[in-house]
Amino acid sequence: MSERTRIDARGAYCPGPLMELIAALKLVQVGDEIEVLSSDKGSANDIPEWVKKVHHEMVGITKEDGHWSIVVRKAK
Amino acid sequence: MAKKILIVGGGLAGTIVGNGLCRQLHHEMAAGSVAITMIGASDTHMYQPGLLYVPFGRMRESELFREQRKVLNRHVPYYIDPAKHIDVDKKTVTTESGKSYDYDFLVIATGSRIRPDNIPGMTEGGHWFYDLEGARKMRDALDKFEGGKIVVNINAPHKCPVAPLEVTFMLRDYLEQKGLLDKSEITYTYPIGRLHALEPVAAWTVPAFDRASIKSETFFNTKSVDAKAKTITSEEETTLEYDLLITIPPHTGQQVILDSDLGAGGWVPTGRHTLLRDGSDNVFVVGDTTNLPISKAGSTAHFEADTVVDNIASLIKEDRWARQYDGKVFCFVETGLNSGTYVWFNYTTPPNPGPPSQMIHWFKLAYNRLYWLSARGLL
Repeated sequence: MSERTRIDARGAYCPGPLMELIAALKLVQVGDEIEVLSSDKGSANDIPEWVKKVHHEMVGITKEDGHWSIVVRKAK
Repeated sequence: MAKKILIVGGGLAGTIVGNGLCRQLHHEMAAGSVAITMIGASDTHMYQPGLLYVPFGRMRESELFREQRKVLNRHVPYYIDPAKHIDVDKKTVTTESGKSYDYDFLVIATGSRIRPDNIPGMTEGGHWFYDLEGARKMRDALDKFEGGKIVVNINAPHKCPVAPLEVTFMLRDYLEQKGLLDKSEITYTYPIGRLHALEPVAAWTVPAFDRASIKSETFFNTKSVDAKAKTITSEEETTLEYDLLITIPPHTGQQVILDSDLGAGGWVPTGRHTLLRDGSDNVFVVGDTTNLPISKAGSTAHFEADTVVDNIASLIKEDRWARQYDGKVFCFVETGLNSGTYVWFNYTTPPNPGPPSQMIHWFKLAYNRLYWLSARGLL
């Protein structure tokens, strides 16, 4: 059964939401999901761009109260 | 019955906590109502940022070390007996020698470690400066280097976020001083789509790399190294050739955190303001070993430790919380062998680095000596 990890990277300037996602993907299993919360609107572009390059899967992006919720599934 | 405070880890965070608590609780310690104990892995305390200077011959190895028992307040017993298992339910820590320590307050300050072995071929092909043995090997490799392609390769996660740029600029100046710059090419790789995690630093670096003729490959997450062919390949399917590979390896937390089931990757889930372990009201976590989405840096450890000192002391003396950690980080950035800048930020204030100067570089050199005052809780 796949699991979902949440990273609350709101207000995180360094290393930032995408670096946190990259680090977290190393710790989960294929099929698991990671939800990144980010207050940086650039993440809504950066994260899908990288996910596509490395052939993981975008599950979804939603804009919530002052932040974005970006969910990625580890595909390999 | 004395309140027992146990600190696991004798690096910067643990040492500042120990020294700070001694300062704030000296009456209680003298009266026997508080006892502080520290366990750690080494009899020496290393100034880790100094490792950056070792491969370039700018610091002697001996300048990086002091005896931990001389850095730590003499009223804190320090045992060189690493923790083997931390049981937060039973409030007990068991060590490698088999001893057990119970506690009323626990401070987990176990730090992080490099794991080049997590990338196939990296241990065989790469050089790094993140431990003393690695810094020595890198120094030897640079001494023998007569020109060629150098790849400076960065992997996530790693401590000291500015080190990637520092080592690259210092390397460039080093090659120039040795008359090898014209015969060499430096390519810097970084995991995300810009040259540094901090946007203003990345923006500053673009023209700085252009002026220094430093090439770069962004979106480069290392998949493997072929030490025989001298190539490095990314998950993004880029392969680079090298004559010398300098890497900042991916990091994990310590084995004891994994063995105690306290956090995936050795990173302990921690409250971003309280610095309490998630689910605990008497276990604090400081320094690299938290899972906080924040720089793993010495300054982070320092500011976190100061907050924990205030809160533990306040809980014991006044039965109340003192303050929250605001996410503050402050990092010097060496921009060559003779210039530097700095950057600071917290959870609500974005970074805004100023232009590099020789003065700030000199201040960093001064801090390389003043660090010991920070470790002793005096600066």
